[in-house]
Amino acid sequence: MLVYIFDRTLDGLLCAVFDAFSLRQQPEALVGRGEPLPLFCDETHWVETAEDRAQRVWRGLEKRLGKDALRMLAVSYLSELSELDLPLFNYICKIFRRPEGSRCVELNFADPDVLAVRNICRKVLHEQLRMKQFIRFQKAKDGTYLAVVSPDHDVLPLVTDHFRDRFGDQPWLIYDAKRQYGFHYDQQNLTRIQFPEGERLPFDLKSGQMDEQILSENDKTFQELWRTYFKAVCIQERMNPRKQLNDMPRRYWKYMTEKQ
Amino acid sequence: MLTENTMEKLQILAESAKYDVSCSSSGTVRGGRKDMVGNTVGGIGICHSFADDGRCISLLKVMLTNYCMYDCAYCINRRSNDIRRATLSVSELEEITMEFYRRNYIEGLFLSSGVVRSPDYTMERLAAIARDLRTKHRFNGYIHLKSIPGASRELLSEAGKYADRMSVNIEIPREESLKLLAPEKNHQSVFQPMQFIQQGVLENKEDRKRMRHVPRFVPAGQSTQMIVGATNETDLDILGMSAALYGRPTMRRVYYSGYVSVNTYDPRLPVLKQPPLVRENRLYQADWLMRFYHFRVDEIVDEQHSNLDLDVDPKLSWALRHPEEFPVDINHDDYERILRVPGIGVKSALMIVSSRRFSRITSYHLKKMGVVMKKAKYFITCHELTDSYANPVVGINELHPERLKPLLVSKAQQKKAAAELQLKINFK
Repeated sequence: MLVYIFDRTLDGLLCAVFDAFSLRQQPEALVGRGEPLPLFCDETHWVETAEDRAQRVWRGLEKRLGKDALRMLAVSYLSELSELDLPLFNYICKIFRRPEGSRCVELNFADPDVLAVRNICRKVLHEQLRMKQFIRFQKAKDGTYLAVVSPDHDVLPLVTDHFRDRFGDQPWLIYDAKRQYGFHYDQQNLTRIQFPEGERLPFDLKSGQMDEQILSENDKTFQELWRTYFKAVCIQERMNPRKQLNDMPRRYWKYMTEKQ
Repeated sequence: MLTENTMEKLQILAESAKYDVSCSSSGTVRGGRKDMVGNTVGGIGICHSFADDGRCISLLKVMLTNYCMYDCAYCINRRSNDIRRATLSVSELEEITMEFYRRNYIEGLFLSSGVVRSPDYTMERLAAIARDLRTKHRFNGYIHLKSIPGASRELLSEAGKYADRMSVNIEIPREESLKLLAPEKNHQSVFQPMQFIQQGVLENKEDRKRMRHVPRFVPAGQSTQMIVGATNETDLDILGMSAALYGRPTMRRVYYSGYVSVNTYDPRLPVLKQPPLVRENRLYQADWLMRFYHFRVDEIVDEQHSNLDLDVDPKLSWALRHPEEFPVDINHDDYERILRVPGIGVKSALMIVSSRRFSRITSYHLKKMGVVMKKAKYFITCHELTDSYANPVVGINELHPERLKPLLVSKAQQKKAAAELQLKINFK
């Protein structure tokens, strides 16, 4: 069994595709560097990541795929799931192997690789929607709005456009506690920020609460108002906690004002 | 300005508004603007939270005041009810809306009101708040306004300039029942504002064809609501009314609200232990069939079946009544017919028609695509489920509908149905 070892980035994956074509090989598994090799592995190939090769493969994809299909590829990669690697790899290979003039592969959902990539892409998009739904801002004294999240997939890059469009006139910071980075918007530009290791953050990563000293005065009032509203709007006769959990899974609750 | 009793007022007015079901922020796409805050996303909208009863919280659903001069039997805010009354001041309401919106708690405001003094007076105040939010607070998010039955045309067209969606509730589909429960209202007073708004939207469309910069009028259309289970209307009455409303150009959604016994003392109303949640669910399913599955209302309910079957969903119930339409061949039949198979939804039907151009679809593929094979397998033939002699398929025509139905009703449901037939004796 042939195994490719790559660095688990999108560029790395594209380079693996490049190598597979130039060496005329078909790997049966892809693993990240330092990960244990699968059973019955008898040959390995170390994929070097080089930007120019990745670029070449990506340009090839751009030529062969429509906008939606390309977006599906890129979005699915944000899932950070290891089970995506092989289907995505096979899918890209299939696109390049497709003979000139035949139908586009990306609509063939009977193909297990296409279906797997699509399903993972859907998962990521769902998570993205949940960020738009469940992000809760707190206002700091200097007028910055802060939200802490920890999504399952790395979806922050997908939601920044939405928040920029919506809250264009207020500075905000959305911080991913799991991946230790965030996006800051200063009414003009969006910047990706990372706090230096070991520095004390002005907010608590476990609960998303901002420190009392920098929280604006009336923020607590509005949080309390929102909790009151949340409780008041529920109809006791129709209690349905299962539906609530389906639509708003418990893993999001720790950063949500009304559930704190 | 917030005061110390704002919290209490918000609580009272949210509790008064919560029986209105509509809470969607769908139907209009409007990007952010430079000097304004907010946008609307369209599609299915964004739900920001889900209350303990499982209903979505998308908009700040609140009443301006719950004082009301009407005495409608089904309404919690009726004049003769002894409940706490409150009125939010305009500045309070606007501040709450803006601050909630900026914290990403809500998509916008759904403002309704009890009728005070006169319909026109009330409508004017609602319109003024929408105008204030748009012009003074530069709010660009979603605004859903209730149009007060009996309000004048000028006020409605003023409100429509600022609102995304306007709604007026029919509540009771048959006029004689409405007259019985709400003597001050009639269908005329409900349909009149609907008509006004519809005309406004159509005129606005014409204007926008000529001049692109004419501001849009009620871009997300109208919605309405009907109460289920408070009167003896059949599902035929209710769905017939919905179908007629969907035939109108601006009606986007009809909501069904299972009646919650709020005024138990009124002899005109039934006393229900629980709101009719299953029936409400079946009505929504039927509504979906009309809007997304190309069903006509007379296919879902008719004179013989004037109520929906509570055990099985309306699509399955239609399929059981029409065995002659099946089996459907997944690999050859057109999209419309595939859509009618129980267990196949819009998404899987689209996937099927796009994938079958590459290879024949088998039941394995269907399962992977997310089709509910437990139901669908009785109604389809696909690659290996042929109706050849060697490999007979056991479908609806072989089993007959009356023997198939018990197979498709879940065990829990069967038990519940049996328990309902059983007399209960309380040994206390």
